[in-house]
Amino acid sequence: MKLGLVIDLDTCVGCNACAVACKQWNTSGTTGPLSDLEPYGKDPTGVWFNRIRNYEVGEYPDNKTVHFPMSCMHCEDAACVTVCPTGASYKREEDGIVLVDQDKCMGCNYCAWACPYGARELDREQGVMKKCTLCVDRIYDENLPEDERQPACVLTCPSHARYFGDFDDPNSEVSVISRERNGESLMPEMGYQPVNKYLPPRAKTKVQTYVNDTNPISKVKDWVNRLVTR
Amino acid sequence: MHPAFSVIFFTVTSGAGYGLFAITALYQALAAQQVMSPVQVLVSCAIALFLITIGLISSTFHLANPKNAWRAFSRVRTSWLAREGLLAILFYPIAAGYLYLVWQDMQGAVMNATAILAAVWAVVTIFSTGMIYACLKTIRQWNNALTPVNYIMLGVMLGSIIFVIIASIGEGMSQGVITTSAYLIAIAAVSKLVYFFWIGAPAGSTINTATSFTNNMVRLLDVGHTAGTFLTDEFGFEVARTRLLALRWMVAVFAFVVPALMVWLSLASGPVTIAYVVALLSAFGGVLTERWLFFAEARHVVNLYHGSQQC
Ligand code: SF4
Ligand code: SF4
Repeated sequence: MKLGLVIDLDTCVGCNACAVACKQWNTSGTTGPLSDLEPYGKDPTGVWFNRIRNYEVGEYPDNKTVHFPMSCMHCEDAACVTVCPTGASYKREEDGIVLVDQDKCMGCNYCAWACPYGARELDREQGVMKKCTLCVDRIYDENLPEDERQPACVLTCPSHARYFGDFDDPNSEVSVISRERNGESLMPEMGYQPVNKYLPPRAKTKVQTYVNDTNPISKVKDWVNRLVTR
Repeated sequence: MHPAFSVIFFTVTSGAGYGLFAITALYQALAAQQVMSPVQVLVSCAIALFLITIGLISSTFHLANPKNAWRAFSRVRTSWLAREGLLAILFYPIAAGYLYLVWQDMQGAVMNATAILAAVWAVVTIFSTGMIYACLKTIRQWNNALTPVNYIMLGVMLGSIIFVIIASIGEGMSQGVITTSAYLIAIAAVSKLVYFFWIGAPAGSTINTATSFTNNMVRLLDVGHTAGTFLTDEFGFEVARTRLLALRWMVAVFAFVVPALMVWLSLASGPVTIAYVVALLSAFGGVLTERWLFFAEARHVVNLYHGSQQC
C-alpha cells in the first residue's frame, strides 16, 4: 500500500479547518502533545503538522488566490528517514507512512534539514521531532465506523478539497482523481518522490477588463462626470 | 540556516584536532628526518585529542533531547551523522594504540602502519563531518563536492599551524615543516575561494517548482502564521548581502592572508613560535567566521514556501 493525500487547489478555500482538526486530534494522539509556546502571549507559536499558506498565481487580470495546505508527503524516497542517525524516523513497509518514534529521537533536527517541504517541526517543549502521522491512530481503528477511518483533516474539510487513499491501487479514488486532473508533485526535481498530489485549479475563462476609451468626446464626458457631483 | 554556535565550535575545533593528529602521525611515519621527539609527539596528540573531545562534547549541546544521544550510531548504513559519530568514537582506541606505540618508542612497520591508519581515520572522520552537510539536497550551497574538501582542508590547515608551533619548541625543527604548512594554507585558501565563487550563481528550485505552478508568476500573499515557527527560526535566518561580503573578506584575511604572512615571516628567519601563535589565533578566528558564514549563507528550499523566489 502507498497511502497518501490528494489536495484540490481548485476548491480549497483556505479556512484552516484541516489544520485545526489535525492539531485537535493529534495533540491527544500517539505523537501528542503538539506543544505550544506562549499560547496566550504576544507571539504564540507551536507545533503544527499541517500549515496553510496563501499565494497569488498568475498576473492581473488572470491572477488567482491559491490556498496551499501542506503536510508530510510521505515521500517514497524519504531522505528524512535515511539521514536520521538514531533510527527514530522510519517509513513503514506495509503502507508507506513515515513516522517518528518519539522514544528514540534525540532532537538533532537533521531530518528537518533534509525535508524540502517543511513537514517536520521540533517540539521545543519535549525536545523531539514531530510530524504528520497520516492519522495512523485513526485509519486502522476498528472501533470507529468505517467511513470515519480517515485522517482528521480529510474528514473535516468543508469544501471537500482533501482525499485520502491508496496510490498503489490504480482504481482508488486518489489514483483516479489525480490521473484525471493531472495531480502534481511539489519540487519533483528534489527526487524525493512525494506521494501526496496537488490538483491544479481548473482553467477559468479569460477575464474581461474595461479598456479606457481614447475618443475625445468620451474623454470630455468622463471629465464632466468627474466634475458633477451627484 | 540558523548558525548554532555549538555546531560551529564543534566542527572547527574537532576538525583542527583531527588535522593535528593526522599531520603528527603522518610526519612520524613518512618523514625522512624526525621533527618531533617522542615527548613532543605525545604532547601534540594529547592536544589533538583534547580539541576533538571538547568539540564532540559541544556538539551534543545542540541536541534537544541529549539523553538519546547514545542511539546516534544506529543508522550507520544510511546516515552520515551516524557514520561521523561512529568514526569519531572508534578513533579513540586507534589513537590510544598509536600513542602506546609512541610511548614504547616502537619503530618499524607496525608503528608506521598504525600511524598511517590513525591519520587516514582522522581525515575520513573530518570528511564524514563535511558529508553531513554535503548530502542534503535541500541546501544547494552545501550539496556540492567542495563542502567536504573545505572541511578537510581547513581542519588540516589549523592542525598544521598547531603542529609547527609544537615542533618549533624542540630541536628537530626544519624549514620543510614550515613550507608544508604554507602549501596546506594555500590549498585551503584556494578551495574555499572556489567554493565562494561556486555557490554564487543562482540555480536550483524556485517558488514555481515548489508550488507546481511552473507556467505562472507565483507570489506569497500570506504565510499563514502570525509569530515565528520552528521552520522560520531554523531556516529563515537571513543576513544583509553587504554584511556577508564583509564577512567573506574577513575570512580571507584572517584565515588565509595573515597566516600566510606569518609563514613568510618565519621563512625569513623570524621567530617561528611567535609568528605561528599569531597565525593560529588569526586562523582560528577566521575559520570560526568561515563556519558561521557556511550556515548563514545556506538557503534551505523550505524558504520558497515562505516567499523566497529562488534558493
Ligand atoms: S515530506 Fe518531508 S518529512 Fe515527509 S516523508 Fe517527505 S522528506 Fe520526510
Ligand atoms: S531529530 Fe530525531 S527523528 Fe530527526 S534525525 Fe534527529 S534523531 Fe532522527
